Amino acid sequence: MKNLIKLTLAVAIVVFISAFTLNKTEANNGYGIGDIAEDFSLKNIDGKMVSMSDYKDAKGFIIAFTCNTCPFAVKYEDRIIQLNNKYASKGYPVIAIMPNDPNKKPGNDFAAMKKRAKNKGFTFPYLMDTNQNVFPKFGATKTPHMFVLQKTKKGNVVEYIGAVDDNYKDASAVKTKYVENAVNALLKGDKVKESETKAIGCSIK
Amino acid sequence: MNLKIVCITILILMSCIDGNRKHEKRVVGNDIVKEKATDLDSIALEIYNFASFEKLLNKKDDKIYVINFWATWCAPCVKELPHFEKLNKNYKGSNVEVILVSLDFPHLYESKLKPYIKKKDLKSRVIALDDPDMNSWIPKISKDWSGSIPATVIYKNDIRKFFEKSFSYDELEKEVKQFLK
Repeated sequence: MKNLIKLTLAVAIVVFISAFTLNKTEANNGYGIGDIAEDFSLKNIDGKMVSMSDYKDAKGFIIAFTCNTCPFAVKYEDRIIQLNNKYASKGYPVIAIMPNDPNKKPGNDFAAMKKRAKNKGFTFPYLMDTNQNVFPKFGATKTPHMFVLQKTKKGNVVEYIGAVDDNYKDASAVKTKYVENAVNALLKGDKVKESETKAIGCSIK
Repeated sequence: MNLKIVCITILILMSCIDGNRKHEKRVVGNDIVKEKATDLDSIALEIYNFASFEKLLNKKDDKIYVINFWATWCAPCVKELPHFEKLNKNYKGSNVEVILVSLDFPHLYESKLKPYIKKKDLKSRVIALDDPDMNSWIPKISKDWSGSIPATVIYKNDIRKFFEKSFSYDELEKEVKQFLK
């Protein structure tokens, strides 16, 4: 009887561990909430390199993985500009990163990025993830994909991952502004209530 | 510098020509446009919100459902669509149903989605999912789905698998065959 219990226990442990490892390999390997985001140095459309450490006075960052060609990203361009206009002065500037390989997703090369930023009047850097090694660290899978980071003594802590808000179709019909809520909470010194949301987007290639 | 000016002038000229052409087409093709519109009306598009669509995700009729999330603007989706069409054709008699769930923007159903269905002569069932509060329903399809497309659900009764990836025909057939066993 004792042996049977031991055996059952052993089997249960093995099942538990294998289930756990399986989950781990399937899950996205990018940052989770509470992780410290590594700084990057990426080329902006003006030719200069941009890093988070350049922003001495920032309290945090709104990182937007976006591109020229994805219809969802285009739908959100104006709202991302508004985020920067509203929060840069409060210490949370937007940094936009274009993660696609322009050879695989035409219309996203450096010249096209420059043109798009000029036409839309981007008030923030629009960086190219030239070697495509920044977006996988964040675990960005699509455009648009938003990350809110809070600058702390330990580093830039990931506090929000997901969508801009809950209505891509109509900015005036939005009920919950996820990114704004997250930044507002951080500015007040509160915890972010809804720290992860999901939305359809164009897969990064 | 001179070269730049020449290039810009050429570009402007080209865009003018292009604009004129488009304009011409519109004027000349007035009647044709009407004809096309009635033609597209014959494509009955089923439009769902998530609450009504959810029923299609939870049928218990021993059928194998292959549900692919796509959009006309999504290049990798459009690329793999023929594989789903082929699967639908080859496994029709094997109790397999392919459902192509379009996530195209509703204001483009008439100008983009319906013409695409017609042009490609899609035989699988195509439905449109229009529910902008995506965070409320994406996790109900799969907690592992980050929201990028293409994505596919294959299920039979209570057994289901979710894929956030592109398929080749062989990969797709292999997955479906596991459900047929």
